[in-house]
Amino acid sequence: MTLLDVNNLQTSYGAVNVLAGVSFSVEPGETYALVGESGSGKTTVIRAIAGLAPAQEGSVTFEGQEIRGLSERAMRPLRKDIAMMFQDPVGSLSPRLTIGSLITEPYRIQGMKGRDLGAEAKRLLEMVNLPAHFADRYPYQLSGGQARRVGVARALALEPKLILADEPTAGLDVSVQGELLNLMNDLREKLGLAMVIITHNLNVVRHVADRMGIMYLGRLVEEGATEAIFSEPRHPYTRCLLSANPEPDPDARLDRIALKGEPPSLLKRPEGCEFRERCPFAKDFCIQTPTWDFTNNRGIRCLAPLS
Amino acid sequence: MTETLLEIDHLSVDYETARGNLQALRDITFNVKKGEIVGIVGESGCGKSTLISSILRLTAPNTRFRQGEVRFKGSNLLQLSERNMRDLRGDDISIVFQDPMQTHNPVLSIGRQMVDIQHRSKASKSEKLSKAAHMLGAVGIPDPEARLTQFPHEFSGGMRQRIAIAMALMSEPDLLIADEPTTALDATLEVQIIERLQKLQQEFHCAILFISHHLGVIAELCDRVVVMYAGAVVESGDVREIFHNPKHPYTRRLIDCDPGHIKERARVLPTIPGEVPDLANLPGGCIFRDRCDQALPQCAVDVPPLEQLTEGHQAACWLNQEEVHA
Repeated sequence: MTLLDVNNLQTSYGAVNVLAGVSFSVEPGETYALVGESGSGKTTVIRAIAGLAPAQEGSVTFEGQEIRGLSERAMRPLRKDIAMMFQDPVGSLSPRLTIGSLITEPYRIQGMKGRDLGAEAKRLLEMVNLPAHFADRYPYQLSGGQARRVGVARALALEPKLILADEPTAGLDVSVQGELLNLMNDLREKLGLAMVIITHNLNVVRHVADRMGIMYLGRLVEEGATEAIFSEPRHPYTRCLLSANPEPDPDARLDRIALKGEPPSLLKRPEGCEFRERCPFAKDFCIQTPTWDFTNNRGIRCLAPLS
Repeated sequence: MTETLLEIDHLSVDYETARGNLQALRDITFNVKKGEIVGIVGESGCGKSTLISSILRLTAPNTRFRQGEVRFKGSNLLQLSERNMRDLRGDDISIVFQDPMQTHNPVLSIGRQMVDIQHRSKASKSEKLSKAAHMLGAVGIPDPEARLTQFPHEFSGGMRQRIAIAMALMSEPDLLIADEPTTALDATLEVQIIERLQKLQQEFHCAILFISHHLGVIAELCDRVVVMYAGAVVESGDVREIFHNPKHPYTRRLIDCDPGHIKERARVLPTIPGEVPDLANLPGGCIFRDRCDQALPQCAVDVPPLEQLTEGHQAACWLNQEEVHA
């Protein structure tokens, strides 16, 4: 059974239409990456899935159960299965609690009594390769990489089926980033976790995601298997995004395709294809509105897809 | 030969802390020539920020300059009067900071801020405004005159960073320091900023000291690279030498770690095991020894000096000396 199914999810804040219908699904054990520029709605999608942002339209089903619009109380038992890793690793940890109580807080919130919390803290710290004495430290005593690990430990505490990770490697050094991704890959294999990862680092996507969706102005514009997208991007926006990935080689030949202009305002969405004005491949007929075309596990929203 | 603009000469900087002196920079030596783009690469805690604040002399009160000089056009900035130093900042040397969201004053229009920073100029206000508009145009902000009346929140992150660059270049400085200017931006904007910097550099002929931990950006933008680790320069040289022929194990490992190099999906990404040593309690010998898989007995005893290997390529590692002496 599909673990998570998001269908036509829409979010507006007043007149600002942040999500204009997002649909994707995640199978058990699968990692799905959402990519796109700042303001494309990536964070809103996962926050809406977790019930932390409003969603006025559409549906989110988790193991077949509709979870959009559930009350906080009704959502609580589900938080065992859906864990969140927030973007700011230090900011998401309460500064007044020790690491030990932070990572065992989920047990207390879920009312899971009769557990040896000290032992659980030790087990979780070990799982994310942190020494046991870290249980007595406070968040300010941690480096960015260590705080991320605590975030992973806390997300894993209740053995969730799905982790929603918002920019899990942002701000980390490359060597530390590798450690964290290895840890997440490892845990995924051991525990059979599914993940939705948001990132704008395309080099990260290639190594962790089975499938990926590319967002633009609150909509998916392309979706498919990660390797297929990297080897043959079909939406012009995806092509631009992939070509903008700086190579760690001074002699790399870069066929860079520049995006024109700035992202349009959500208050004034362009007519027809919303990418048209910035698209280096736009045709006259792009003034019409493209629809979502999904065939052979590949989705695209474009009237003139690249081949 | 091109003139040297900035010379960092055996600079050592300490922070006085309750735990004792933290040796944040040790024996840093490198230079920046006129019109050159030099990248400084290194991970958190390597001393990149201390270095920038030492050049600008915007250091915390517990900073002690233990040794060395920072020479800009021949004069030692560490001995300049505060008055002269202030004349230099923002005029001969300017800086673009990491976070474009916090660089600008939120309650003043962009035009007002861009006029304010021309306080040294005797030009009239309308001349200053038209110069501001010209600079906004130069960094690719469309319709610059109209945008001058807008406030920072009305611009996107990428535009704000371009405005910060416009402001930094307004005085036509000889040296622009860019402190991780693309870290807070996504890939398409990052590329925009790099291309813009390249173009502006050709136009204004200023030298750029570009600090980043993103190897892809360094490879693309810089002429020369200085690699720092735990407060020391471990390697420096021409960008091609550093990326294609790294001579320090740390540089090699750092490049290996960049997932941009690995095109096939990897189950396990390379990492550098271990932690950066405590700078308040330095181990003897080579600073990278504990994490190095090629360490020699000598590495535990003596700090390797930064040695010239070939023209324009230096590294501080005993392994290379072995090769030289053998």
